[in-house]
Amino acid sequence: MAGKVVTITSGKGGVGKTTATANIAAALATAGQKVVCIDADIGLRNLDVILGLENRIVYDLVDVIEGRCRLRQAMIRDKRLPELYLIPAAQTRDKSAVSPSDMIRLCDDLRPEFDWVLIDSPAGIERGFRNAVAPSDIVVVITNPEVSAVRDADRIIGLIEAEEKGPARLVINRIKPGMVKRGDMLSTDDVLELLAIDLIGMVPEDENVLTGSNRGTPVVMDGKSKAGQAFNDIARRLNGEEVPFLKLEDEGGLFGRLSRWFRNGGRNE
Amino acid sequence: MSNFLDRLLHRTPNSADQAKERLKLVLIHDRTDMPPGMLDALKDELISVISRHVEIDPNAVRIEMTQEGREQRLIADIPLRPVHRRRTG
Repeated sequence: MAGKVVTITSGKGGVGKTTATANIAAALATAGQKVVCIDADIGLRNLDVILGLENRIVYDLVDVIEGRCRLRQAMIRDKRLPELYLIPAAQTRDKSAVSPSDMIRLCDDLRPEFDWVLIDSPAGIERGFRNAVAPSDIVVVITNPEVSAVRDADRIIGLIEAEEKGPARLVINRIKPGMVKRGDMLSTDDVLELLAIDLIGMVPEDENVLTGSNRGTPVVMDGKSKAGQAFNDIARRLNGEEVPFLKLEDEGGLFGRLSRWFRNGGRNE
Repeated sequence: MSNFLDRLLHRTPNSADQAKERLKLVLIHDRTDMPPGMLDALKDELISVISRHVEIDPNAVRIEMTQEGREQRLIADIPLRPVHRRRTG
């Protein structure tokens, strides 16, 4: 096995990196791939709670890097998906506890044993980001259709190119189709035109994401939510499948339908 | 049709279009590390250099940044003044 290392990053915080990492990992593992996630957000550990594995942590990433445990000992196996593992971040240290070359070495050890190594990057453009991107084969940038998230995504895309890790692939997360229809949210096309990189997924805003995180169950595991479906499609595209982009349904209601009717000059569709 | 309706209803551009236009400019300056005011300074210098050689109308000079993919381009539009022939005698 020669596993691929995928880094999920964004620049801005709170756009859904950890949610995306957990869901893409769970989707790949459901498809029978062997997956390990690394939480690279040292000091602000979160991937463990999103995956529902917080009670099983003994050792963490920094313990592995500093040789206090073997790599195997720091990998938590998900009981629901036996092909899914997590290496949690240390909570009481900071980003300087790990260097980019530590991460490259760690991923070189993981590659022969896994199909996928997914790295959940911290927000920001400093050391933590460089650690997360250093070993990466594929970089996925997450953004929201909102001015500050798009601006930060553009900055991070530039840095990824400068590190010769590009071209990055884009996920637009938390899209509200009704608002897009009304002209009150940037559309996928708008964001793609501004950032000029390839799209790998668009994920609608979905309350199931929050209820899933309350329970520690990524939405892809419930098998029916829209966001879960979108994350599943991203996993399949990473895996090389041609998956058509899911049309985000119009939820504009009567007003949306009426204004569309006007825009079309009185014709339906 | 929609333009016609927009004019009819005196609609202001919707917020998504405003976001896009604002972002276009912000990204250009972020990518080139060029603060917005620098373009004006550049324009003044260009005008003074070019005026030394040919006659131009400083008010008609336009300098703008455009985006092609992830590359930025500086476009200068500098209309030249027609040569005024002096009449002798």
